Amino acid sequence: MMRPRLDPRRIRAVFVARNREFFRDRATLAWSVLLPVAIVFGFAFAFSGSAPERYTIGVLGDPAAAERTLGIEHVDYARVRDRSRGVEQVRQHELDLLIDAREQRYWVSDASPKGYMLERVLRGLNVDERVYSRESVPGRVIRYVDWLVPGLLAMNMMFTALFGVGFVIVRYRKNGVLKRFKATPLRPAEYLIAQLGSRLMIIVVITSAIFVGSHAILDFPIQGNPLGLLLVLIAGGICLISLGLIVAARTASEELAGGLLNLFSWPMMFLSGVWFSVEGLHPWLQIVAHGLPLTHVIDAARAVMIDGAGLAAIAPQLGLLLAMAGVFLAIGAALFRWE
Amino acid sequence: MDYLLEADELVKHYGDLRAVDGVSFGLQPGACFGLLGPNGAGKTTTVEMLEGLTEPTAGTIRFRGAPRGDAFRARAGIQFQNTALPDYMAVREALELFASLYPHTLALDELIDLCALEGFLGQYCNRISGGQRQRLLLAIALVNDPDIVFLDEPTTGLDPQARRNFWSLIERIRARGKTVLLTTHYMEEAARLCSEIAIVDHGRIIARGAPGELLSEHFGETVLELPRADLGDPGGLPATAVDAGDRVELLTRDVADTIAALIDRGVPLERLRIRERTLEDLFLELTGRTMRA
Repeated sequence: MMRPRLDPRRIRAVFVARNREFFRDRATLAWSVLLPVAIVFGFAFAFSGSAPERYTIGVLGDPAAAERTLGIEHVDYARVRDRSRGVEQVRQHELDLLIDAREQRYWVSDASPKGYMLERVLRGLNVDERVYSRESVPGRVIRYVDWLVPGLLAMNMMFTALFGVGFVIVRYRKNGVLKRFKATPLRPAEYLIAQLGSRLMIIVVITSAIFVGSHAILDFPIQGNPLGLLLVLIAGGICLISLGLIVAARTASEELAGGLLNLFSWPMMFLSGVWFSVEGLHPWLQIVAHGLPLTHVIDAARAVMIDGAGLAAIAPQLGLLLAMAGVFLAIGAALFRWE
Repeated sequence: MDYLLEADELVKHYGDLRAVDGVSFGLQPGACFGLLGPNGAGKTTTVEMLEGLTEPTAGTIRFRGAPRGDAFRARAGIQFQNTALPDYMAVREALELFASLYPHTLALDELIDLCALEGFLGQYCNRISGGQRQRLLLAIALVNDPDIVFLDEPTTGLDPQARRNFWSLIERIRARGKTVLLTTHYMEEAARLCSEIAIVDHGRIIARGAPGELLSEHFGETVLELPRADLGDPGGLPATAVDAGDRVELLTRDVADTIAALIDRGVPLERLRIRERTLEDLFLELTGRTMRA
């Protein structure tokens, strides 16, 4: 038997009902605006001007060997495989210094105070009586806040996406609203698309508003095309909401759903590069981080804002996010039960 | 057989629990069929199988003589025992939402008039009274102008006035030619509304027929009820005495003889009550009076 097609009229009806509910629930609405504002400005204030005092040297080659040769302590040595990528990280202040031990060269940003400090230390050493040649990386001064804001907004989007659809659907399953829908011709896919669409619209509206507002006050750089940021927001939103739909597919217990949502959201909060660069993580954790959608959202957003990446440059991340979304949606729809 | 909806040997097991254990009956078009039974007897499970929400473990269900297809959902109206509606949704919006899910619907004004929703259309669904809520849920069940309406304990928890209002609504629906399947544990409700009833217990039908037929089939007697203190020893009366707490029920086929005998004994009759046996008596007799675990 052929499955009937999805009916846009039914999707629209559920979409409109869900939007009304969200915007009429004043307390939740206020919370979903105030919380991210508090997070962005709270951290902007907390980290105004200064980065966490930890120095990172990127090493082309073996970081352990470099650490032995250089003997500089209280510094992180991170392996960098690709030189141009490493130079890019120096430009973004994700690395304070990049060293190629074999070629006796190092790269340092003219605009980085920490790079300057490390450079002084390095030149003060008399390692094997060899002299390292300096390569300058020009750049605008990037404050930690500039780097942090895209991470914070993306993190907030992740929480709204996961918990926003997850809890609503689980609550409706528990109190019988979904059972009522089950008795109508409404199809699960139609219901899920409407929920996804409604939450996506809410995320795009609220995140854009906070982005514009905090840009006016914090004046962080937006080097690239804002359209690129919007696309990152949409692709990331679809992907994370779809992940929330998997959690909400069956469970009728808000406690269980809360636990599952935390299981997804906490690793992303700490491993996706919100607070510090993914490159500073243990190699195994880096592998985990690259499996997390939020990593790619933040990566693409920073590329646009800080490096001025164009649409073509972030296409791989956008593609990956949409591919993940496709997989999540397929799983969520297959697992979904009204009751 | 020209049944609109027909169940044949329906069985539903949940693990070891045989919730429904071989139930068969049919609904004539235009009938109001009542499923009666104590809590946990299997009424709701039976109804949900007929509604198409629960898959039977065994047995068949036919709609207009054929297995139910996708179209059945558009031809059936359902009022659940416990349903919440989305929060922050006004009554009129709820009607519009459900109306937009069906290909064919009743005009909203007609529905509002039929279910007497006029006075609270703008209020949120979670802020209306119990009676208003049941009328709204009924309206939602009727929004697609269904052929058959399932009502699962629609008046449970309502006050007596709201219950009677709801009964007249159901009568109006029947007058429009709808077939109704009703579950209830109010015998008065079943007696007033249903053309046919089935009493269900432990997942099986234990009695079935028109309410009047069932009563005359099981009961030829009239009940004379007296306080135990007034009656004294019921031995020797032309009646069967049944213990009913601080009262005694005398079941008799000859009311005049029994009353004459009571007068002979000098029993005071000020507190005597005479009544026909009701569905409630039948229900209790068939399902037992003992407390269930």
